[in-house]
Amino acid sequence: MKIERLKTDLLIIGGGTAGCYAAITAASNAAGKNAAENRDAGLKILVVEKANIKRSGCLAAGVNALNAYITEGRTPRDYVEYAKKDADGIVREDLLYSISEKFNEVTAHLEKLGLVILKDKDGKYVTRGNRNIKINGENIKPILAAAVAKAPNVQVLNHVNIFDFSVHDNRIDGAFGFGIENDTFYAIEAGAVIIATGGAAGLYRPNNPGFSRHKMWYPPFNTGAGYAMGIRHGAEMTTFEMRFIALRCKDTIAPTGTLAQGVGAKQVNALGEVYETKYGISTSERVYGTVAENLEGRGPCYLRTVGITPEQEESLLKAYLNMAPSQTIRWIENDTPSKANVEIEGTEPYIVGGHTASGYWVDTKRATTIEGLYAAGDVAGGAPQKYVTGALAEGEIAAKSAAEYIESLSALRQAQGTDAPGVNPLGKILEEEVAEHVAEIEKFLNNKNGADTAESLEEAMQAAMDAYAGGIKTGYRYSENQLAVALREIENIESRVSGLHADDLQEVMYIYELKERLTVCKSVIAHLAARHETRWHSFAENTDYPEKDNERFRKYVNSRFENGQIKIILRELTAEGQRNYEHHH
Amino acid sequence: MSIIIDQGKCIGCRRCHDVCPGTLIKINEKKKAFIKYPKDCWGCTSCIKECPVHAISFFLGEDIGGKGCKVHTEKVKGEKNDIVRWFFELNDGSVKTIDIDPKKSNKY
Repeated sequence: MKIERLKTDLLIIGGGTAGCYAAITAASNAAGKNAAENRDAGLKILVVEKANIKRSGCLAAGVNALNAYITEGRTPRDYVEYAKKDADGIVREDLLYSISEKFNEVTAHLEKLGLVILKDKDGKYVTRGNRNIKINGENIKPILAAAVAKAPNVQVLNHVNIFDFSVHDNRIDGAFGFGIENDTFYAIEAGAVIIATGGAAGLYRPNNPGFSRHKMWYPPFNTGAGYAMGIRHGAEMTTFEMRFIALRCKDTIAPTGTLAQGVGAKQVNALGEVYETKYGISTSERVYGTVAENLEGRGPCYLRTVGITPEQEESLLKAYLNMAPSQTIRWIENDTPSKANVEIEGTEPYIVGGHTASGYWVDTKRATTIEGLYAAGDVAGGAPQKYVTGALAEGEIAAKSAAEYIESLSALRQAQGTDAPGVNPLGKILEEEVAEHVAEIEKFLNNKNGADTAESLEEAMQAAMDAYAGGIKTGYRYSENQLAVALREIENIESRVSGLHADDLQEVMYIYELKERLTVCKSVIAHLAARHETRWHSFAENTDYPEKDNERFRKYVNSRFENGQIKIILRELTAEGQRNYEHHH
Repeated sequence: MSIIIDQGKCIGCRRCHDVCPGTLIKINEKKKAFIKYPKDCWGCTSCIKECPVHAISFFLGEDIGGKGCKVHTEKVKGEKNDIVRWFFELNDGSVKTIDIDPKKSNKY
């Protein structure tokens, strides 16, 4: 294995929606500044992506609508209130305000970059409901990737998997990774790092664990790497107990919102009764209602599409081709939606900060509790319902904050008399760190083939989480006794990882992904056990505490990994309308 | 849910390999693309859209109700701009198509 050492000013880990937009923002900011100061040297930006930024992350297949937009007559405050209500209060208002105020600006920028947005005859965006606008988002990721390619001073390393940070005295000095196909180990030093690796899929046994195990809602390649790296280095994390469960079309796991909002399809049980009004219409209540109807013998449940017009049906088939083509095949191979209602089911739980509030505990600048490390997109906590535009907004905020931090380093370098860009004046990656990581990778390559494989241990982990930490199997419910079993099982699986064998670096990546998921599982279990109430049905359905407890748990449940233990910290909620929440304690 | 690569049609351009978000497609010694990890496919269809010779199609696994329909896309000339034509080859030998104009937004 070749060892390559790289230096950059800003390292962006993960080239999805948030990561790409962070790169574009940082580059254009720096270009503007340099022109003004008439300097040649710009901010050096490096994006490292384990796949290829053209089609990586959540938006690989495209997206059908922008779900977070401030439509005419609405205000950012309305959006904050909506997200807050949906999460029953457990949100960071300051973070939600900071993205809501940017939704429309980043949308306009996307349109300028080439995104097709539907307009009426007066040139205004056509809305879908109160917060959505209609687009053709099939090519949204290639559009972002093209903008990154054009941005000055941005280098992209595709097919390089980052698996650890270099942190000294709670300050990040860079990260470690390896090329999946070029047999190279990378030690990358940076002035500041933006983590934008997305959320975690594959913790729980999926709906269809056989051949179609990866036909899931969230990208199966998003393993929670960013969470795991932060957890291990002691970053404070928030709200991992607010799991996200998507209500989807059965089997294809295609979106249901387009049916509900597009053609007004209602949720009905097998008797044809509309049941959503019985349980409420928040995101978690929609899932819970479907679970409850099935448990009580009134399933299967459907979205009522029978009777839609041929024009509506044609538009639906096309809309799904642009985001979830498997549903269109399903309709073409079977009855179309005008002839048969579309069956729905809940997915396995995910940890994802773009939909619920799990992730890094950040301040309004998206600074994490590790100095020099910023978080954006699904990996950042506190701001649910951020969707695409929220991820873009956070990419922008994180990029500007990281650039300011790098600027402050530059001032420090000048004071030291060594103003070379790309050099972190505070610390660097040590030789022994490189040697230790290389040795671990080589150990996996040299281990003998044993009974365990990364695949078999992943299945064991998913089975344990499914049965004992509120998976599909138990209707998403769990008890303290069950969680204790889950933790024991996860720790047992973890103890077997070091003996795994890998044929090549792609298989080494699978081992690191398993380790990442196991780390995240332990935090999820600790958080689920800490919230002694049931605030969100299905998302966190604690059978020991089936009621909501506003007195004790209108709080954030946070955690920090310290001395080998996950320490739980309860923090006070932001006040009504609060724009800033100081997180350094 | 996975893909099939027709090695007779594959020209070894590597575009599908480069773009797969799971890095699941590899190139064999005959310079033909193949999917090394078929169970790990997410079904995003990125490879199908990249392939210049329409060598890749995808299908639903039988475990999620698939009945053998194979799907691929081709770019065809429209009145004003290129449009994307989706081909659905059904098990009974019939073929259905749906045209998508990338310059037009979805109705829903």
